[in-house]
Amino acid sequence: MFRDIGGLVLLFWRTLQALPLTFRHRHKVFEQFYEIGMGSLLMVCILSVFIGGVLALEIGPVMVERGLANFLGGIVGLGLCRELAPTLMAVLIAGRIGAAMAAEIGSMTVYQEIDALRTMNINPIHYLVLPRLTAIAIGLPMLVIFADLVGWMGGAVVCSTNQQIAVSMQSFLANLRDTVEIKDLVHGLVKTFVFALVIGTVSCHQGLATIGGPRGIGRSVTKAVVNSIVLILILDYFLTHLLVQIEK
Amino acid sequence: MSDPANQQGVRVEVRDLRKNFGDHEVLRGVSFTVERGEIFVLMGPSGSGKSVLLKHIIGLEEADGGEMLIEGHSIHAEGLRDRYRLAMVFQSGALLNSLTVGENVGLYLREHRLKPEAEIRRVIAEKLEIVGLTGAEEKIPAELSGGMKKRVAIARALVIEPQLVLYDEPTSELDPLIAITIGQEILALRDRTHATSLVVTHDRDLAFGIADRIAMIADGEILALGRPEEVRRSPHPLVQRFLTADFHPKPQ
Ligand SMILES: Nc1ncnc2c1ncn2[C@@H]1O[C@H](COP(=O)(O)OP(=O)(O)OP(=O)(O)O)[C@@H](O)[C@H]1O
Ligand SMILES: [Mg+2]
Repeated sequence: MFRDIGGLVLLFWRTLQALPLTFRHRHKVFEQFYEIGMGSLLMVCILSVFIGGVLALEIGPVMVERGLANFLGGIVGLGLCRELAPTLMAVLIAGRIGAAMAAEIGSMTVYQEIDALRTMNINPIHYLVLPRLTAIAIGLPMLVIFADLVGWMGGAVVCSTNQQIAVSMQSFLANLRDTVEIKDLVHGLVKTFVFALVIGTVSCHQGLATIGGPRGIGRSVTKAVVNSIVLILILDYFLTHLLVQIEK
Repeated sequence: MSDPANQQGVRVEVRDLRKNFGDHEVLRGVSFTVERGEIFVLMGPSGSGKSVLLKHIIGLEEADGGEMLIEGHSIHAEGLRDRYRLAMVFQSGALLNSLTVGENVGLYLREHRLKPEAEIRRVIAEKLEIVGLTGAEEKIPAELSGGMKKRVAIARALVIEPQLVLYDEPTSELDPLIAITIGQEILALRDRTHATSLVVTHDRDLAFGIADRIAMIADGEILALGRPEEVRRSPHPLVQRFLTADFHPKPQ
């Protein structure tokens, strides 16, 4: 995996250089954006309810027992928007969208469609990578905003209905509003943005590097998803470290 | 594009081209020149390196030795593809499977924004008619037969109004009538635009029907090269077998 890093950085750099062309390729960006956004929104919402719920369920009783029930909304709110929603949604999208990107571009590589583009003097990076990377870099943070909101609701519902916790929805949300600031949301979204770039670049890179037939495509898809997730979880730590320093 | 040098075929020179895949020597020093506006046919047994050779000429593969020149410039030179219009018809067609037939054929014009939309539609219809696929714009590649895919690929190359076209077995999956139409179109393209054509084929009728010159390649080396009648008279036994074999072996 770490052998690919050079190629990854190069692909990312070339795509950045092509950024001024985004407007020209806006139709392809919209197409990809639709795929990422509409295709994943329902799943993102359902999963977020459960993530918010389980977070409340894990820490709620412990905090109530120690007389900290008043802080529950804040803790769940922060945990979700700073850490859980960005990473888990990134992992979900790596599996959903990253896999699709690697499979589609991989099959184009194997069946010489990329070669055909090159003979037509069409740059595959402009034609394929740029729209995907732009779309996911915008789409994933938007999905995470949904995940934050829905996840908070999930937490509130669990806290108010669970007998052991029994924190009313009003006091949960009031504490959440007092504790969670815009900077916490931004913290999560900055991380999400980086994760989106990782998923897009890794998946397109694996797709373009595909060799062999259908089995090669399968290998690329697996590598795209696994490498994305590994990079996301490792980068998560260092990014958080960096952002916490900046926030001080 | 009004530059007159842009309105005619380009000269292609292949110098001592070598390529290995691992320890398999696929091309072992191939050299030849294709003049402007010439129709040059490459024949040879399956696996002799013809497709690999075409991919080198259009710059899709890196050679291990030698060079490919278009009008004296290396194919990998900066901006060469902006200066000359090149096209390749792949052996498999290589259509973009996620696009319709019409979108495939119009891809070059749309991506490079060369013409207004209405004009692009007209060109697409015109080129599809040439290959006998009138009205197939809305079909998707998965619905097409192998031969139809090949013809769409040819239409897609014609749209470029290329100065050099590389055809990898353009007639291999076509019935004889359409094969003849395609052969005629290769000739017509040359007459219309003076394009240079390099045709890889096993089809002896096509080769001798359209070629200005023919090269026979086997095991990555050129065995014979010359005008059709010269190649036909080549003393090389493999060339003779390749050109004269039929279903009824004559008693020696
Ligand atoms: N990417 C590759 N990796 C390894 N070997 C390759 C590759 N491409 C081609 N070869 C080998 O190079 C040789 C020539 O292949 P090529 O496709 O040029 O044959 P061809 O002359 O076009 O044959 P055909 O008439 O069947 O199309 C074959 O032995 C093939 O196995
Ligand atoms: Mg071939």
